[in-house]
Amino acid sequence: MTSNGWIQIALYCAVVLALVKPLGLYMTRVFSGERTFLSPLLAPVERGLYRAAGIDARQEQTWLGYAGAMVVFNLLGFVLLYALLRWQALLPLNPAGQAAVAPDLAFNTAASFVTNTNWQSYGGETTLSHLSQMVGLTHQNFVSAASGIATAVALIRGFARASTRTLGSFWVDMTRATLYLLLPLCLVMALFLVWQGIPQTLAGSFDATTLEGARQTIAVGPVASQVAVKMLGTNGGGFFNANAAHPFENPTALSNFLQMVAIFAIGAALTNVFGRMVGDERQGWAILAAMGVLFLAGVVVTYWAEAAGSPVLNGLGLTGGNMEGKEVRFGIAASALFAVITTAASCGAVNAMHDSLTALGGLIPLVNMQLGEVVIGGVGAGLYGMLTFVVVAIFVAGLMVGRTPEYLGKKIEAREVKMAMLGILCLPLMMLGFTALATVLPAGLAGPANAGPHGFSEILYAYTSAAANNGSAFGGLSANTPFYNATLAVAMLAGRFFVKIPVLAIAGSLAAKKTLPASAGTFPTHGGLFVGLLVGVVLILGGLTFFPALALGPVVEHLAGAAGQTFATGG
Amino acid sequence: MPTPLRPALVLLVAMTAVTGLAYPLAVTGLAGALFPAQAAGSPVERDGVVVGSRLIGQSFTSPGYFHGRPSATNAADPADAAKTVPAPYNAANSMGSNLGPTSAALAERVKADLDALTSENPDRPVPVDLVTTSGSGLDPDLSPEAALFQVKRVAKARNLPEERVRDLVTGQVEGRLLGVLGEPRVNVLALNLALDDLARK
Repeated sequence: MTSNGWIQIALYCAVVLALVKPLGLYMTRVFSGERTFLSPLLAPVERGLYRAAGIDARQEQTWLGYAGAMVVFNLLGFVLLYALLRWQALLPLNPAGQAAVAPDLAFNTAASFVTNTNWQSYGGETTLSHLSQMVGLTHQNFVSAASGIATAVALIRGFARASTRTLGSFWVDMTRATLYLLLPLCLVMALFLVWQGIPQTLAGSFDATTLEGARQTIAVGPVASQVAVKMLGTNGGGFFNANAAHPFENPTALSNFLQMVAIFAIGAALTNVFGRMVGDERQGWAILAAMGVLFLAGVVVTYWAEAAGSPVLNGLGLTGGNMEGKEVRFGIAASALFAVITTAASCGAVNAMHDSLTALGGLIPLVNMQLGEVVIGGVGAGLYGMLTFVVVAIFVAGLMVGRTPEYLGKKIEAREVKMAMLGILCLPLMMLGFTALATVLPAGLAGPANAGPHGFSEILYAYTSAAANNGSAFGGLSANTPFYNATLAVAMLAGRFFVKIPVLAIAGSLAAKKTLPASAGTFPTHGGLFVGLLVGVVLILGGLTFFPALALGPVVEHLAGAAGQTFATGG
Repeated sequence: MPTPLRPALVLLVAMTAVTGLAYPLAVTGLAGALFPAQAAGSPVERDGVVVGSRLIGQSFTSPGYFHGRPSATNAADPADAAKTVPAPYNAANSMGSNLGPTSAALAERVKADLDALTSENPDRPVPVDLVTTSGSGLDPDLSPEAALFQVKRVAKARNLPEERVRDLVTGQVEGRLLGVLGEPRVNVLALNLALDDLARK
C-alpha cells in the first residue's frame, strides 16, 4: 500500500460526496415534475411522447398499477432484445458479419440486460453486431436503469406521502429518468471519454502491420456511447470481452477515475433525494453514512490484500503485489478500488480480472454482492435495497425496546416486515440454491477453469453476481453453456423482480398510512446509533446466511495459499 | 385500470429510437468531428502504413525490441474451430488468464518466466508486471522498471550503448496525472518506434 494509493481513494470519496447535494437537488426537481434548466428543450419531447402513448401525466398509479406497468414494459423489452439477437445476422450494421446468437445465449443476454445485470456470457467483439450493441444493449442500459430509479422514487413517495393509495406514474418516472437524467449526463460523458481515447465509429475493425511485420486486427466500434451509460446506469456490460480493462473501454487514469465516479454518482445522490422528499435531509445522510462505513471497510481489506499479493507467487521471489489480471496504467490501488465500487454498486464493469484477485481481495466483491448491494447499489436498487434493511432494522429496534416500530412517522407493521423479508430472502435462495445445484450436477462441474476451492468460488461468484444483478464474474467459469445460461437467467430475473415487486408493495402500504407526529419516545433515525444498528443488521443477516459458503471458497483458499498449496486442473 | 400495453409499446419504440439510435449516432457524429483520431481508435502510422494503435499493445518477440507484458489472449485453432490456440495480443478477442491465486498453472508459468528473465539480466530484480498477464491481454504499457529491466538485452541486440537506450526509456516515461491519478508507465509501441528512429539516424 502506498500513500499515493490512499490519496487516490480519498480523492475519489471527496468527489462523490461533493456531487451528492447538487445532483440530489436536480433529481428531486425532475421527479417532482418541476421545471429544470433542460425543460425548454425536453418538455416538448416529453409531452409528444405522452400524447403518442396515450399517457395522462397527471394520472397516478396504485402500487399494483405501478408494478404492472413496469413488468409489462420490461417484458416487451425482453422480447424485443431476444428477437434482435436471434436475427442480428439478417439486420444491418453488422460489419464483422456476426452470426445469429444461439437461443440459450440470447435468452441469457436478454435477461441479463433487462434486469440491469449485464452478465456477459457473450464475448462482445466476437459475438454481437453493432446494431445489437446499440439498439439492443445501449437501449436496455438506459431503460433498465430508469426502471430501477423509478422503483426507488416510488418507494420514497411511499415514505413521504400519507393517507393516499397512489405512488406516482411509472411511465412519467421512467421517461423523466431517461430524458432529464441519463441522456444528458451520458452525452457529456461519452464525448469526454472519446477525448480520452475511446473509439466511437461505425467501422468494425482496422488492420495494422506490427513493427515485427505481423498482421493485427484491432476491433473498434461505437464504444464510448455504450461505456457512458454502462457506468452511469450501473449496468456494466462491456463492449469488449475484457470490459473496462480493455484499453479501448478505459484508456487512461482519468477515464478510469471518471468511470468510478459515474458508477456511484446517481446511487449516492438518491439518498439525498430521499432526504429531501421526506422533508429531512439528515435521514438521507444517515443512510449514506451506513453505506460509507461498509464501503470503506471493503476498500481497506481489498487494497491491503492486493498490495500484499499472492503468497504462492511471493514464495517464488516475486514482489510488488498482485498484478495478474491488472493493467499497468491503473496499478493496484485503482484496480482494488474499482473492484469494490463495481460490486458495492450493481455495476459489474471490471478494470481488472476478478478471477485473479487474491483470495481475500476476491472475498470482498463476493460479500458486497451477497449483502444485497446496499452500499450505494445499482441506480435505484441500492436505495430500495437499503430501505428494506431499514425496515428490518427498525423492526429489530422495536422488538428490543418493546415499542411499535416507527420510521419517519410511519408505523412499521407485519405486512412491511414480511415483504421486506421476502425481498431479502430471495437473494440467498438464488445464490446458494443454484450454487449447490451446480456443484453436484456434471453440467455445473464442467464450468470452473480453476481447481480446488477457487473453482467453487467461481461457481458461487456467478450465481451471486446474477441474483444480485451485478454482472461481474470470476471469468474463468465457462458459463456459455445451456445449463449456466438458463440457470443464471432465472437467478437474474428472480433477483430483480422478486425484490422490486415486494418493495413496491411496501411503498403502497406505507403511502396508505397516516404520518404520526414524533414524540419523546420516537427512535431518532438520523444519528450514529441508527447508523450503527443498520450496519449491524446488514452484516449479521449477511454473515449468518453466507459465512458457510464463503468458508468453503475464499477462506479455505486463503489458508491453502498461505501454506503454499496450489491446485492443478485435471488432477 | 387502463391497459398498460399501449404506453409500454409506444414508449419502448420511442426509447429505442432515442437511446438506441439517435444517441449513439449523435455521439458518433460529434466524436468524428471533434476528436477524429481517437474516435477511429488512435491508429499510429509510420511512412503511411498503419503500424498499430497507440492504445493497444502488440506482440514483440525479437531481442531488439522492448517486449510488452505476457498476454493471455487466444484465437480459434485453424485446424479445429472448436478449440483455441494461444495468440498473444489478439486485439479482436480481449481476455485475461483468469487463473486464481492458488492455481498451479499460474505458479508454473510465473516460475518459468522468472527463470528466463533472471538469466537474461541477473543484475536487477524482475518487475512484477513482466511476469503477470494483464486483464485485457492488450496492455499497451510497461512500468518504468519493466522497461529499464530490458535495456541490457535491447542495447546488446542493437549494438547501442546501454546509456543511450536507458535515456530513451527515461524520456518516454509518462507520470501520474497531476501527480496523483494512475501509475507511471511507458507505452511500449511508442518506445519501440523511438528505438527504430534512433537506429535510422
